[in-house]
Amino acid sequence: MPEAHGSTAASAGTATVAGTSLLDVQGLTSSYGPVRALDGVTLSAQAGRITAVLGANGAGKTTLLRTISGLVRPDAGKVVLDGEDITKAPVEAMVGKGMAHVPEGRGVIAELTVDENLRVGSLFRGKVPQSEFDRVYDLFPRIAERRDNHAHTLSGGERQMLVIGRALLAQPRILLLDEPSLGLAPRIVAQIFGLLRQLVDAEGLSVLLVEQNARSALSVADVGVVLNLGKVVVTDDARTLMADEGLRHAYLGF
Amino acid sequence: MQQFLNVTLTGLTQGMIYAAFALALVLIWRSTRIVNFAQGSMAAATAFIALALIQAGWSYWVALVVALASGFLLGAVIERVIIRPVEGGPELNAVIVTLGLFVAIQALIAIVFGSSFQSFPTPFGVRGFTVGDTTIPVTPTSLYVIGSVLITMGLLVALFRFTRVGLAMRASAFGQEVARLLGVKVGRMLTLGWGLAAVVGSLSGLLIAGGGFVFPAYMDSLIVFGFVAAVLGGLDSPIGAVVGGLILGLALNYVSGYVPRGSALVNITALAILIVVLLVRPGGLFSSATARRA
Amino acid sequence: MSEPQNTSASTPAPAGTAAGPSSGKATEEAPARATAAANPPPAAGGGRTFLPQSTLLRHLLVLLVCAVGAMILLEITDPFTNSQLASLTYYAIAAGGLTVLTGLNGQISLGHGALMAVGAYTVALFLSADEPIALPLILLAGVVTATIVGALVGVAAARLHGPYLAGATLALAVGLPGIAIYFHDIFGGEQGMRVRAPRPPEVFDSFIGFVSGNSATGTKWLAYLGTICLLITYFLLANLVRSRIGRTWRAVRDQEVAAELAGINLGAWRVLAFVVSAAAAGLAGGVLALVVRLAAPSGFTIVLSLSLLTAIVLGGLGSLLGALLGSALLVFLPPFVTDLGADFGLNNTEAAQLAPFVYGVVLVVAMIFAPAGFVGTVRMRWLTYRAKQRTAASRAASGG
Repeated sequence: MPEAHGSTAASAGTATVAGTSLLDVQGLTSSYGPVRALDGVTLSAQAGRITAVLGANGAGKTTLLRTISGLVRPDAGKVVLDGEDITKAPVEAMVGKGMAHVPEGRGVIAELTVDENLRVGSLFRGKVPQSEFDRVYDLFPRIAERRDNHAHTLSGGERQMLVIGRALLAQPRILLLDEPSLGLAPRIVAQIFGLLRQLVDAEGLSVLLVEQNARSALSVADVGVVLNLGKVVVTDDARTLMADEGLRHAYLGF
Repeated sequence: MQQFLNVTLTGLTQGMIYAAFALALVLIWRSTRIVNFAQGSMAAATAFIALALIQAGWSYWVALVVALASGFLLGAVIERVIIRPVEGGPELNAVIVTLGLFVAIQALIAIVFGSSFQSFPTPFGVRGFTVGDTTIPVTPTSLYVIGSVLITMGLLVALFRFTRVGLAMRASAFGQEVARLLGVKVGRMLTLGWGLAAVVGSLSGLLIAGGGFVFPAYMDSLIVFGFVAAVLGGLDSPIGAVVGGLILGLALNYVSGYVPRGSALVNITALAILIVVLLVRPGGLFSSATARRA
Repeated sequence: MSEPQNTSASTPAPAGTAAGPSSGKATEEAPARATAAANPPPAAGGGRTFLPQSTLLRHLLVLLVCAVGAMILLEITDPFTNSQLASLTYYAIAAGGLTVLTGLNGQISLGHGALMAVGAYTVALFLSADEPIALPLILLAGVVTATIVGALVGVAAARLHGPYLAGATLALAVGLPGIAIYFHDIFGGEQGMRVRAPRPPEVFDSFIGFVSGNSATGTKWLAYLGTICLLITYFLLANLVRSRIGRTWRAVRDQEVAAELAGINLGAWRVLAFVVSAAAAGLAGGVLALVVRLAAPSGFTIVLSLSLLTAIVLGGLGSLLGALLGSALLVFLPPFVTDLGADFGLNNTEAAQLAPFVYGVVLVVAMIFAPAGFVGTVRMRWLTYRAKQRTAASRAASGG
């Protein structure tokens, strides 16, 4: 029974994965029209960790991220970023508070060039030294070659690199990623997840990742949160979740 | 030959004005997916403001600047107050709102400035230059028209290509949600876009009025010509709008210049061109096979 | 739930409608969305328990009641009001057609003023003959020409939507009067064509004498003529709206993809909607020519098309009753606001612009605050109220 599982496991989870909480989501409830997409979701993303929210299509993963960044207004609940209640903050203000959201489906602006896409990501900071752009290009040599091409000419993997690079230019404390592996070849997924791990370990970035591809996500994440029909079923250490065969079969499909 | 040159040059000059007006429509279409049918009335309103200043003794140039500035204000206020509530809603609602503005502003002009025909000055002569002992059909006014439209276009290109505000505006137009997530104040950019478009529309309203007459509905034809030119170019493409404007200017002038009593057929010619384009190449003349069907 | 149906959506389809053969393509009633173009279409009277179950019979009954009502109205009002009511009829006929097109099928048209011009000029031409044919035939000719033009426009329009359609029909509205000016030998150029209003037949004399004893003036005859045309048009449109055709139109509007998958030829249905509304516009133009006694380009400006749009938006798109009420506003509002303007010190020409100003403001305000139109909004309130009453009643019943 998901409900019973959820209540016990959630508390167990908090005990297992203690750390400084950077982003706290408390009892978040929101709907798309008449459909309730999130039903009292409580979770937290710790500083310097990768938190993966997993679940099937329609579990409410995308709505969760959209509600956190204000694109969807919640019916109830709170979003707290580093002690500040940002539930009612305007979408445009989120990135300035240190939260960068990379939406589902890559979110490149197809009509702009690669370079312009990157520059949009840094607009809110005012003038940004060229060295920061060079650093992103160093991280992703493949998009460096295409910097003057229009973004609609990029492949799926290149687009994902572009939007992650663009989000990094915002110098976020926490990165929200919506299905970064969607439609990408396993090799590219591994490459991108490897890079995320590196950024988290080396530079203290925090990541809240939602993924349908639970196997890949758990292999890179520190903490896993399983979402089903808008409710948190379990929160636990990623390795523990990986080992829980029953849970994997029931919710994660592998 | 002399007549052909004449007609062609007039066509190009008027085409530049249509191009400017089409450009105003395209700017708004790109950012808000709305065709601003009120553009003509808005431009007419600013032309009447300019005329009032000129009649009060101010110079043409002061009147021009005030008219363009009031155009900006009008466009920005209309976007913020009236268009914002219907942005992103059903497209029919937005169409009806701009049509409502179209009539309301036109009627307001008539109430405030009267509905009679009034002559509108032009700062330059309308006589052709003379080279040796032949008069060439290039007039100072046509040079002024072409020059001011080219300068405006150049400024717009510079704004969009080389400035941070321009980049923010393009990002807002092409990817509203992504731009908001990246911290761009999209609402402000849309307001700014409407303001700028209204400036360009206002300029074309003043240019077409120059040396002729104005009355509250004098922009009715221009809204049609601007729309046809914009659709010719694909509605999404600023360059297409300019080319479309020039093509339309030439076509309409050949009809009125060579067909007996052709001036009565100008509007219906524009209609015919529009229908043909919409049926044959709905994405505009320059669309590829994968034309976006808006 | 013991009450019989009172919502329009669930009435059975009429066995035979007055509007031609139905195509045999069945579609589901499309759920209405909360957009401008989504009101459930109320037929003239709406279904009440005391009315017959058959839509056709019910509409006939409503038609009869309306005819008697209109006659009483025309006989108790003065000649000036008679002429105002005559104007009301042509606005209402055109608005009725437009509301079917825009409200039911989701297509906007700014070209209906031009289509009215087609009807008006046709009637004017036929009446200018030395020995004009019978008036009903002349009006029919106006309908036919407007229908042909409407079909041509409709074929082009079927592939367009929203702003493209608005722009194309706007170009039509601005462009078509040019033809009248170009062929000024036939159409009289800017001055237009005077229309000789036909004399009322003798039977009308005796009819009015019998009914009220009023004098059967030419104005009264035109008001009656317009009213007859209006009643016929609305009767046909009301049946069409409730028929399979009407439901298919709504499906084409709301469920474009689903309708296409169900094998509905979207284009053909859009053209049909355009043709029907063009026919109404043609008739309206014919009546206008008779009432105004003139067919001239200045009578068919873009403001006319936009006025019609105001009428149907105000009435709630898709509602014939709404179109009628909206048209009443087009007739009775201008004198009112013009007087008001004069009181505030505006001269005549300035005050005359107050009406279009109000139309524009109404369009804007309605779209921002009440996209369902005023009739639609009131209807929605009423239905919500009824629903609440019912739940309250059933709760009380189950509780006690």
